[in-house]
Amino acid sequence: MLGLVIILIFILLAVITVQLSRVSELASKIRGEAEVARQKNDRTAFWLVVFMVGFLIFCVVSAWYYKDVMLGYGPHESASAHGGDLDSLFNITLFFTGIVFIITHIALFWFSWKYREQEGRKATFFVHSTQLEIIWTVIPIIVMTYLVVKGLFIWNATMADMKPGEDHLEIEATGYQFAWDLRYPGADNMLGTRDYRLINLADNPLGQDWTDEKNIDDFLPTEIVLPVNKKVRVRITAKDVLHNFYLPHFRVKMDAVPGLPTYFAFTPTKTTQQYRESLREYPEWQTPADESDPDGPQRWEAFDYELACAELCGKGHYSMRRVVRIVEEDEYNEWLSQQTSYYLSNVRNTDADPFKGGLLGAEIANRKVELLTDFESALNSDDASNAKVNLKHVFFKTGSAELEDLSKHELTNLSKIMSKYKDVVVELGGHTDNVGDASSNQLLSESRAKSVKSYLVNKGVNVDRLQARGYGQNSPISDNGTAEGRQENRRTELTIISK
Amino acid sequence: MAEITTYNPDVLIEESGYDDHFHDHHHGDKYQSNFINHYVFSMDHKIIARQFLMTGIFWAIIGAGMSIIFRMQLGFPEESLTWIKPLLGKWIVVNEAGMGSLAPEFYYALVTMHGTILVFFVLTAGLSGTFSNLLIPLQLGARDMASPFLNMLSYWFFFLASVVMFYSLFLSTGPFSGGWTGYPPLSALPQASTGSGTGMTLWLVSLTLFVVSVLLGGINYVTTVLNLRTKGMTLWRMPLTIWAFFVTAILGILSFPVLASGFFMLIFDRGLGTSFFLSEIFIEGQALDRVGGSPILYQHLFWFLGHPEVYIIILPAMGLVSEVLSVHARKPIFGYKAMVLSILAIGFLSFIVWAHHMFMSGVNPFISNFFVIFTLIIAVPSAVKVFNWITTLWGGNLRLVTPMLFAIGFVSMFISGGLTGIFLGNSAIDIQMHDTYFVVAHFHIVMGIAAFFGMFSGVYHWFPKMFGRFMNETMGKIHFWVTLVGAYAIFWPMHYLGMAGVPRRYYSFDTFDAFRHFGDMNQFITIAAIIVFAAQLLFVINFFYSIFKGKEQKVKNPWGATTLEWTTPINAGHGNWPGKLPVVHRWAYDYGKDGKEFIPQIVPMEEGEVAGDH
Repeated sequence: MLGLVIILIFILLAVITVQLSRVSELASKIRGEAEVARQKNDRTAFWLVVFMVGFLIFCVVSAWYYKDVMLGYGPHESASAHGGDLDSLFNITLFFTGIVFIITHIALFWFSWKYREQEGRKATFFVHSTQLEIIWTVIPIIVMTYLVVKGLFIWNATMADMKPGEDHLEIEATGYQFAWDLRYPGADNMLGTRDYRLINLADNPLGQDWTDEKNIDDFLPTEIVLPVNKKVRVRITAKDVLHNFYLPHFRVKMDAVPGLPTYFAFTPTKTTQQYRESLREYPEWQTPADESDPDGPQRWEAFDYELACAELCGKGHYSMRRVVRIVEEDEYNEWLSQQTSYYLSNVRNTDADPFKGGLLGAEIANRKVELLTDFESALNSDDASNAKVNLKHVFFKTGSAELEDLSKHELTNLSKIMSKYKDVVVELGGHTDNVGDASSNQLLSESRAKSVKSYLVNKGVNVDRLQARGYGQNSPISDNGTAEGRQENRRTELTIISK
Repeated sequence: MAEITTYNPDVLIEESGYDDHFHDHHHGDKYQSNFINHYVFSMDHKIIARQFLMTGIFWAIIGAGMSIIFRMQLGFPEESLTWIKPLLGKWIVVNEAGMGSLAPEFYYALVTMHGTILVFFVLTAGLSGTFSNLLIPLQLGARDMASPFLNMLSYWFFFLASVVMFYSLFLSTGPFSGGWTGYPPLSALPQASTGSGTGMTLWLVSLTLFVVSVLLGGINYVTTVLNLRTKGMTLWRMPLTIWAFFVTAILGILSFPVLASGFFMLIFDRGLGTSFFLSEIFIEGQALDRVGGSPILYQHLFWFLGHPEVYIIILPAMGLVSEVLSVHARKPIFGYKAMVLSILAIGFLSFIVWAHHMFMSGVNPFISNFFVIFTLIIAVPSAVKVFNWITTLWGGNLRLVTPMLFAIGFVSMFISGGLTGIFLGNSAIDIQMHDTYFVVAHFHIVMGIAAFFGMFSGVYHWFPKMFGRFMNETMGKIHFWVTLVGAYAIFWPMHYLGMAGVPRRYYSFDTFDAFRHFGDMNQFITIAAIIVFAAQLLFVINFFYSIFKGKEQKVKNPWGATTLEWTTPINAGHGNWPGKLPVVHRWAYDYGKDGKEFIPQIVPMEEGEVAGDH
């Protein structure tokens, strides 16, 4: 109904305008066309000058009014190391173009008024002037050269990739319809390889290749957290269509292209907290962040850096938001320590894990250190009940005393420790769970202890320093009622007999 | 020849014209004998020009109307749009509270169609198609185009393209919605977006037909300019309009085939399983078996047309404005040769700047150095043109009629929009400005509004040539003022949005704290857009009203212009001149020379007279 009324009003207005226009033409005919035309010409010329003045005032006033959103002014400062250069180039360009804009507009409309048609005046026959034309060719050339040279210096510095060996943090952002997946390299500081054919929305959203050990410590956070003043190189990719990694506050923007990883390297220079503090002094940031909650946090308090998409990618293009937090180094390290690897928390020992039932290189290396620590603390313990080491990485084939290949790491390490502490005599104790009959468990535990002993002897440990003993199911350290408990109870335990 | 003292064109042409024995061949034009081949399948360039113009107006209303609908959503996201449900049906999604809003898919379809329609159908076909057809033969003193038949085909291919595109608007999956640039993979994969299904197929079919139309038209314009100039019409005596159309046609011939090649590869990727633009894509839970292609290759092919395309749009407007400014300032255009050279320079440079649309697309940043340099060099010939237009006004005797006002408005728009190009062409600034509202403001002002101003200037100026009547001045002035003020009101604030980092092509700004605090400005822009749209409807009313009821043209040369089109009879028939062809003796800009208000090109040089363009 409202629409109909609007349409009717519009039609009415149109009819009125047409009629008035006809009348004005007719009236001019009656009053003498030439005279009316002259008056109209004067009036139009006058309004052109009014427009010019009004327009220029509008430009200046609106620029003043919106100065707080303009680049490099007010609260809209860049939060990255290169951003300030971009902003200053913008402002230099604004200065030169502003001068040209004002001068040409004044000339354009002033001439339109000054040289309006007047009786008796003849137009000047002014065809060209080489001098003038050279002047206004050369001046733009000089200004353009300046802007190009300055611009390209900034551009090449900003877009430069990492120099070999340059200290930086590498993270990855992957756009898809309609969100971003983020990936951090973990402790090894290296992102693992990916293959889009491995993508599986259930347990491998990025198609990480788990046979690449670099992937094992990579983690996938839900927000970007970066330490301030540390250079970060963002590896930018896309899964399906084009996206664009856009961080407005950092002056960062780069397309995410499927099949062609791109990058953008930048250094954040202000923590989120510092940026909030700088916003605090502006009245428009002192209003409630949520209009419906006037007592809630103010806009400056709720401020966060944001990641957006800036390349049309489909119907949800406008909603690809992630929060970016810039923090001090300590806070960053604390955050890092809370992150868990995607592989270890979602993939490890599932069917998708190529290392299922096996040991990872990192696990072997960590265990080596751990074993030595456990051994030494057992050695230094005064309490006999603490003089024990659980040989966690010694495994047997089910129901048999035959060692799994995986056990070689632990036992080789143990043999090295034994040759380091030459005088120590140890007991190797075999333990089982309570499944099956106790006497056969006893036998199994004894033969398992013996096979550990003979392995160590083969590795060069003196046979006199090793005693093998089977405990059967009699000394559980955990609840035999659960599978995990039974697994813990099946163990080989080392006890220090004499130092 | 000194004995000729009259400026009466009929007498001049009769006495000293060039006899091509036109009448010996065409007793009663056999090509225009009935209604169908006079008004529908016409081969008369003047009729074809009007067909292009009418079709252009039709598309302009559709394209601008679409922008009003999506501006409503952007400016008033809280207001219910249920009242346009009768028009848009399921594309208005009504929630439980009865609040209707535009479906995001359709918002993107509207944005895409708005761009496609305005760039190709209105500002290429409607502007260059109209005025190249109307003015090239008339201002060169030719009976018609080199091939009237190809010329007719050119229009009808455009018409077919229009039909296909119009049909695609009514698909149940909606028209194409991946942006007017049609970047793959979004445009290549139907599973990426509903509009990338049949909508995209029809988009490609339509634009391929359109490319055929442009090529047929362009080859004709170039041939006509090179071969059918009348006696005495040397290249350096051609009006700037013709120079502009000539270079425009060359740009079109060289760049549209490259676009077509991109389209064909896209069609293959969509239908035949090739991977020109696709690589390593995982979509809808499925890894596609497509490797090795590059989406960036499409961008190169697209912008190899896309950049010359903006000059294909703006050069004809520049030509029209140069002519109108000179005629109504009663002064020669200042620096004619510099103007011609800058048209040529702009035309040449337009081919080596395309990747400035792709600074942030993942191309090697080193390559961008070259494109920055060439892009900012374009500022020089553009600046020369602006200074020359302004100097043309200096010392003139200006008739501030509607076409002149639009020409002045054009110069203002071209300055405003051109200067922001200096920001964007500098890749370092483009890092922040790319795909923000700053870009939207820039290109709408410099090649949208400015081109429209050039077109309006041309329509108001040559309306008598097309229809033998004048358009209503009062309505024309209302149209001008509302459009001038309104266009700035729409697009000026967008610069600030862009500086604040607000990205273009966002259906809603609510998700982001950085972008959602400009509700007032977006409302203001939408209101301004509605007012400007209403003013354009007033133009359409004026246009059709004046065809039938406008003030009649009583004299052949109402504006006192020097060029040849004003020596033909009012409402000239096919062949343009009833008898001999006019012969040209001077350049097109002898205004105010030797104390005479103007000297038409057909007037022979007097003894001892120095040529105006010495």
